[in-house]
Parts: sequence; structure tokens; C-alpha cells
Amino acid sequence: MISKLRTRTSFLAGPYALWVLICTVLPLLFILYYALTNDNGHFTLDNFTAIADPIHLKSLWLSFQVAIITTVICLIMAYPAALILHNLKISNKSFVVFLFILPMWMNFMLRILAWQNILSNNGILNNILKFLGLGTIHILYTKSAVILGMVYDFLPYMILPIYNSLSKINDDIVEAAADLGAKWHTILFRITLPLSKDGIISGVIMVFVPSLSSFVVSNLLGGGKVLLIGNVIEQEFTLARNWNLGSGLSIILMIFVLLSMSIMNNEDDAGKGGMPL
Amino acid sequence: MKTKKIISIITSLALVISSSALLTSCGSDAESDNTLIVLNYGKYIESDVLKRFQKETGITVKYEEYESVEDMYAKYKAGSINYDVICTSDYMIETLRSEGELVPIDYDSLPNYKNIDPAIIEASSSFDPQHNYSVPYFYGTVGILYNQNMVDEETVSSWNSLWDPEYKNQIVMINSQRDAFMVPLKMMGYDINTTDKSQLDAAYNKLCDEKQFVYAYLMDETYECMVSEDAAMAVCYSGEAAMGMEYNENLAYTVPKEGGNLWIDSWFVPRTCKHYDAAMKWIDFMCEEEAATENFEYVWYATPNLKVAQYQDEETLADETVFPSKDTLERCDIYKAYDKDTLDYTTLLWKKLKAY
Repeated sequence: MISKLRTRTSFLAGPYALWVLICTVLPLLFILYYALTNDNGHFTLDNFTAIADPIHLKSLWLSFQVAIITTVICLIMAYPAALILHNLKISNKSFVVFLFILPMWMNFMLRILAWQNILSNNGILNNILKFLGLGTIHILYTKSAVILGMVYDFLPYMILPIYNSLSKINDDIVEAAADLGAKWHTILFRITLPLSKDGIISGVIMVFVPSLSSFVVSNLLGGGKVLLIGNVIEQEFTLARNWNLGSGLSIILMIFVLLSMSIMNNEDDAGKGGMPL
Repeated sequence: MKTKKIISIITSLALVISSSALLTSCGSDAESDNTLIVLNYGKYIESDVLKRFQKETGITVKYEEYESVEDMYAKYKAGSINYDVICTSDYMIETLRSEGELVPIDYDSLPNYKNIDPAIIEASSSFDPQHNYSVPYFYGTVGILYNQNMVDEETVSSWNSLWDPEYKNQIVMINSQRDAFMVPLKMMGYDINTTDKSQLDAAYNKLCDEKQFVYAYLMDETYECMVSEDAAMAVCYSGEAAMGMEYNENLAYTVPKEGGNLWIDSWFVPRTCKHYDAAMKWIDFMCEEEAATENFEYVWYATPNLKVAQYQDEETLADETVFPSKDTLERCDIYKAYDKDTLDYTTLLWKKLKAY
């Protein structure tokens, strides 16, 4: 009876299995095929070793820099925000959470385009600075602008898992610590922080991984001057028409992503993370 | 057992999907005479012209757009759509011709072809030597769009103004490999179609040198950037410049004294064409007086159609941006398609510049 039921329910997984097959497994196989061949269709490993090319190494390193800085800034901003959010003594917390998610409802390209208008040479920010007599700054189309765009874009992905894991902490534990005379910083660093580690790790992964492989933000806010590894891959596929090299570099990037995720997941005891991956 | 069942379900579903896809593709073949699949640059036709063509000929047009020459090549080579007629730029037509992808055009079935400027047809011989494959649609130049309040005309009369430290972070460079290299090559007096690596290297070094002054490498956003006065000068196409000048009267356009690039976008019929007669009707319609005028007044690139000028006022006719003078055209050269070796080499240099 039960086995019959199982067969029935496994049928329900069909659409998803089909989706995964067509949209995940097949494309990956194609990419692997392209990565392992040259444009005559012969087997080669050149597309992988190409990562050692100084241009690629440079952009990979730049991508890591941007991703790490983005993640750190997000964490520094998100943790206190999540903490304050958690400690708010209002009845309708879901409304505040909603406020954090709200910007995500608007198209991400539009929000980045808005940043272009704010940061440009003759943009809103510079006009305000000029009005205040503070001179102008050149920030659009620099690495800083790219990082700012990424922080803006990925911040909710850091706040939400941290907020989730903070909500799971039993208030009694915090109260007990306070009763036993622990100062606020002791509570923060010895109790709250370790107990919300899973959320932090989820948040870090959810910010670090997309910022490592992103190319859209650097296209729009980098002005063609900030070449991340994502941009190199994109240009190999479009401009240079070298799908083989593009695929090879994509796989290398995927390996780096998997490596950094496994390093962080090792920190996460037995996968109790705030968000499943 | 379970997995077997899932697999069989997946295979049957896949079969259903693929067979229905086959059916629809057969369906589109059946209605063959009445459809036409057109591929053109984005924002490159007056929508009214498109509507009128469908109304007058009864042909249903499936109209597709692309952004850059490279996109077009990728779309076409992907082979999932059988395009009937495509508009693209000179050197890409040359590439496709050398790959045997072009079908000759039956010029006798184009009564309006006589409207096309013989000088531009003659110039097309650089990519279509026997004039078998292409019909010019628009043409233009690459030059400098500048803000007269920030730069004077004398300064931008030479390409070397783009290396002037005074304009640090005020210069927009064109984000296209071929056009970007054209600038230092012309400035140093070399042929823009040079395959000499030492000359290309010299151009690359110049571009690296320029990067410190560049505000951004842009293409489609150039005119917005210039209209909102975020930069003092920009290397761009003449049509982009004309569009910007319409929104901001401080802007002006010039082709520096060293000369620039003359490009011609033309219609051609690719090997995938399934509706040849409809394609001929389309090309002829694009050469028609009224359609060409409407398109011109929407696109603002130089038109090879001789009938358009009579509808324009003095000011437009005197505008170098949309009606380049003979003198300007003589300073400009048309791109030749690079051989594979040179293409790979310049692509590498371009990538190095971006990572520089």
C-alpha cells in the first residue's frame, strides 16, 4: 500500500525531474563538451589551463576581491540590522521584513540604472555635493561603483537568513545569561553570534557566490573598465565567438564556487543552516 | 521499478514535446508564402513602415532585432530560426560571403533600387565586389560627439584630443573592438584595415595610454551620457550623435581631420531563406521613396536613398551628421573583414586592454 503510494507521489516529481534534465543536466553536459574540445571538435585541456593566462588570472583575482569586499560590507551592515529587527518590540515584525524585501520586487536592472543616474559625473550625488560647495567626486564606472551596486543588490540575501536564525534563538537563553551577570557584549559574542552562525554562513554563501560570477553589475556600473571573470566569460561567448574557451572558464569558475562553498559549509555543523542550499 | 517508471514518463513527455515542436515547424512551412522572417539592428525601422508593408503585401512579418554585429552572427549561426532577410554591416557581410552564406539578389525584381545612390553602391564594392548580394539601407561615419560648452571645435579636430589629460574622466570611448582600434590607427596615419602586428601593437599601446582618461567604454548609452552632460566628448556613430544633438543643443559632431570609418549597413539574403520572393518585396519596399523617408526621419543615419533629400529642410541638408559631405567621406575608409589570425590577435589585444 505504502509502496504504491510512493510510486504515485514519485510521479509528481516528474515535471521537476524533466525540468532539471532539460534545464540543468543537458546544458551542463553541453558546456562540459565545449570545454573539453577545440573549435575543430578535438579533445583538449587548453580551455582549462587558459585560466593561467595573466589576463584571466587578473580578472579572477579582481572578482575575488570584489566578492570578498561585497560580502564583508554586507555582513557588517546586515548583522546589526537583523539584530535590531529581531529585538524590535513591535507586534508586526513581518511588515519590517517586508520593507527589506520590497526593493527586490522591482526589476534589478532598473535599480542599477537608477544608480547610474545618481553616481554619474553630472548626476544627483555630484549636484548635491556641488550645491553644498564640496566639489565633485568621480565614482561611476569604477571598482567602487561596482561594489556599491553589488552590496545594494545582495544585501537582503544576507539579512534574511541571519534574521531567520536569530528568530530561532530561544529568548530564555539570553535572559539566563543576563541573569547570571553577563554583559551585553559577552551575550553578543558568546551566545547570540555562535547561535546564529548558520544564518551567517548561508548569508555569506548567498552573497559571495553571485558576486563572484556576476557580470551584469560590472557591465552597467563598471563602464567597460572593470573586467571581472564573469565579463571575460560573457565576452568569449559573444564578442570572441569562442564558446570552447568560455565554457572552459565557466567550469573553472564553478569549481572555485564549489570550493568556497564547501569551505564555508565545513564551518556549518552538520548543515543546520538557516537556508538550505 | 520506480526509476524505470519515471524514466518512461520522462521519455514519453519528451517525445510529446518534440513531436509537437515538429508539427508546429511543419505548420509554419505550410503558410510559407505569407510569412517573412526579418533580422535587423534594434531601433532601426519606423514601426509604421513595418505595418504598411504587411498591409500592402499581405505578408506577415516576424521581425527580430539584435544589438551588435557579433550578436547577429551568433543568432544566425545558432541556426534555430530560418531568417529570410537580414540587415547588417559591411565587414560582417564580407565574412558571411566568404563563408558562402549569401544568396544572390535578383536586382531586376527591385524597381526601387534605382533610388539608391550609385556612389554608395560603388563604395559597397569593398565587401561585395561584384554587387551581387547587398542593397544599402543606411550608412554613416564614426567621429567625435562633443559638448561645445566644455570643448572647442579646434580641440576635437584631431583624434589626439582623446589623449588630452585636461579631459580626464570626461572622455567616452566607443565600446567596440574594431572602432576603438580605428581611432589610434587613423591618428598615427596607418590603414584602418592593417594586418601588420607592429601597427596593431602600437595602436594597442595608445589605447592603454588613453584608458586613464576614459570615463567609460559605452555603446548604446553614449548619447544619454552626452545629453545629460556627464562627459565632454565621446567617440560614437553619426546616428547616435544626431540623436543626442536633438536632445541637447550644446552637442556637436565632427569627423577629425585624420579621417575615420565609413560604414554601410545593407540588406542581404542568407542561405536559410525560405521565402525568397517575399524577401525581394521587402528589400524593394525599403528602397521605396516614402518608406525610406519615414525610416530616415526615425533613425537619423545617412540614407543612401536619393529621393529622401527633397523632403528635408535646409538645416537638415547642411547637417554633416546625417548628410556627410564629400570631403568627409573622402577622409573615411570602409572596414575590410579581418582574416582569422588578425581577428584573433585584435580580440586578444582588446581583452588585454580591458584588463589593463
